[in-house]
Amino acid sequence: MRPRWLLPALLTFIFLVSLAVHHFELLDLYIQLILMYVGINIILTLSLNLINGYMGEFSVGHAGFMAIGAYIASLLTVKIFPAYMTAWLFPLAVLAGGIGAALVGLIVAFPSFKTRGDYLAIVTLAFGMIVKSAIENIDALGGPRGFLGMEKLSTLPWVFFWAALSVWVIRNLVYSNFGRGVISIREDEIASDLMSVNTKEVKIIAFVVSSFFAGVAGALFAHLLQFINPRAFDIIKSTDILIMVYLGGIGSIAGSILGATIYTVLLEVLRPMGIWRMVFMPLMLVLLMIFRPKGIMGLKEFRWFVPIRDLFASRLWHYKRGEK
Amino acid sequence: MAILNARGVTHFFGGLAAVSDFRINLEPNELVGIIGPNGAGKTTVFNLITGVYSATKGSIIFEGTQIVGKRPNQVTGLGIARTFQNIRLFKEMTVLDNVRTAHYAKVKYGPVDALLHTGSFCREEERIISRSMDLLAYLNLETHAGELSKNLSYGLQRRLEIARALATEPKLLLLDEPAAGMNPQEVDRLMELIRRIKIDFDLTILLIEHQMHLVMNICERLIVLDFGETIAQGKPYEIQNNPLVLEAYLGKEMQG
Repeated sequence: MRPRWLLPALLTFIFLVSLAVHHFELLDLYIQLILMYVGINIILTLSLNLINGYMGEFSVGHAGFMAIGAYIASLLTVKIFPAYMTAWLFPLAVLAGGIGAALVGLIVAFPSFKTRGDYLAIVTLAFGMIVKSAIENIDALGGPRGFLGMEKLSTLPWVFFWAALSVWVIRNLVYSNFGRGVISIREDEIASDLMSVNTKEVKIIAFVVSSFFAGVAGALFAHLLQFINPRAFDIIKSTDILIMVYLGGIGSIAGSILGATIYTVLLEVLRPMGIWRMVFMPLMLVLLMIFRPKGIMGLKEFRWFVPIRDLFASRLWHYKRGEK
Repeated sequence: MAILNARGVTHFFGGLAAVSDFRINLEPNELVGIIGPNGAGKTTVFNLITGVYSATKGSIIFEGTQIVGKRPNQVTGLGIARTFQNIRLFKEMTVLDNVRTAHYAKVKYGPVDALLHTGSFCREEERIISRSMDLLAYLNLETHAGELSKNLSYGLQRRLEIARALATEPKLLLLDEPAAGMNPQEVDRLMELIRRIKIDFDLTILLIEHQMHLVMNICERLIVLDFGETIAQGKPYEIQNNPLVLEAYLGKEMQG
């Protein structure tokens, strides 16, 4: 059995390393940039996996939540926070971006009470389009020209912090009463309802948590790129997230991390291939779906992400009973 | 006082009356069976009681509460649990997690505790695990706790459905064809199990079944449905010789 302090210690260690890397530029800036993209994509993939993988719905408008987080956070750091304090208030801006996205996620949760499957997919698709065209038509946000003026506030330690937080929170949710509710909706919604699961409550929680982290990822993304425009959050972006989810595997935290990492790194490694990259990547996905349709880790979990209580639930009970 | 009292319950699918003027009065700790040919509306009655369908007309009172119009999870929360004719387990979840999921309404922590895994969360989860394991042990399923429920054999899946239903802490248990697909020895063991859970969990049981051997042996009272209508009610031996029932099952005698 792993000791309890091991995981927190490991995370703190990585965090300190990332701080050092950031401060002393121990890594090439380009590599740091890619690592940050990996982190942001991990957050996005986990967030979408909660809806598509664990709950078994099919959301294709996730970039919409990301856009909301990105614009809210950027507005705060550029126009509202005093310039000399933006670096200190950056976490608040990210949090606000997440909360803003979560509130919108709450609204999107309501159609999911009535429709599911393909029909809910259409609803989320429409949602993504609405967000994009709304931003395009608001002049204060720069309209289709985009929004700029953000400082480069997303740093390796911050991205690591938010990615680790999203892993921790989503793992906690999945291994709880509500998480079991989420999974039971995927397995059989009617049976789940009849086993006393409040499916409305569960869907609201899933959508709010998921869109919160998509918003967080958007905020980090905006302050990494220092420029956002509505086209950055269109259906292509949503599709990217979908690919990472299904590449890594549905219903798996380890899978989300793997999927996001492999996809992001591979896209960079293949950059010299130029336009052929866009031939190779889809081809790889087609092959993956043929030979491993559930993704790399589909419905499987790396043991370290499973709470000890759940991992040894039945063995512990047998052990205690044997004692009596 | 009656635990369940339904009167004038009618439900239409389009123009078809799937159930019409259904009435039932269940006293606590009764064991009542609903029988009838295929398509008679038996499962529809279960769906109406559990809130899957909302009755077009009529009232269903459970322990003094009107339950027509309530959502299924609310009805289950009040104390009515059921199993399904065609097994509906959460296939990709473990046996233990199937039972843990059914504790949803009884769990005493909120979403924030769940997101942060607080102390009260941990204590409550341990309580649920141990209660779920006790239930599995009661049904001799404890050694399968860690397996995916889809990997269980058919008979064990049926037992797990009962365990899962009991986890919601019901007062009234609805069993939808619990003996479907079982051989005579298995049916005998099932009858024993139904008698046992009725006493140990202080239950009132309403069951749908086609296996007359089971129905005639354990039910104290029977209700016979045909084309949505209640055509007979009474003790099993009365039903056996009721001409209307024979007609529903076997058809009319030729005249002349």
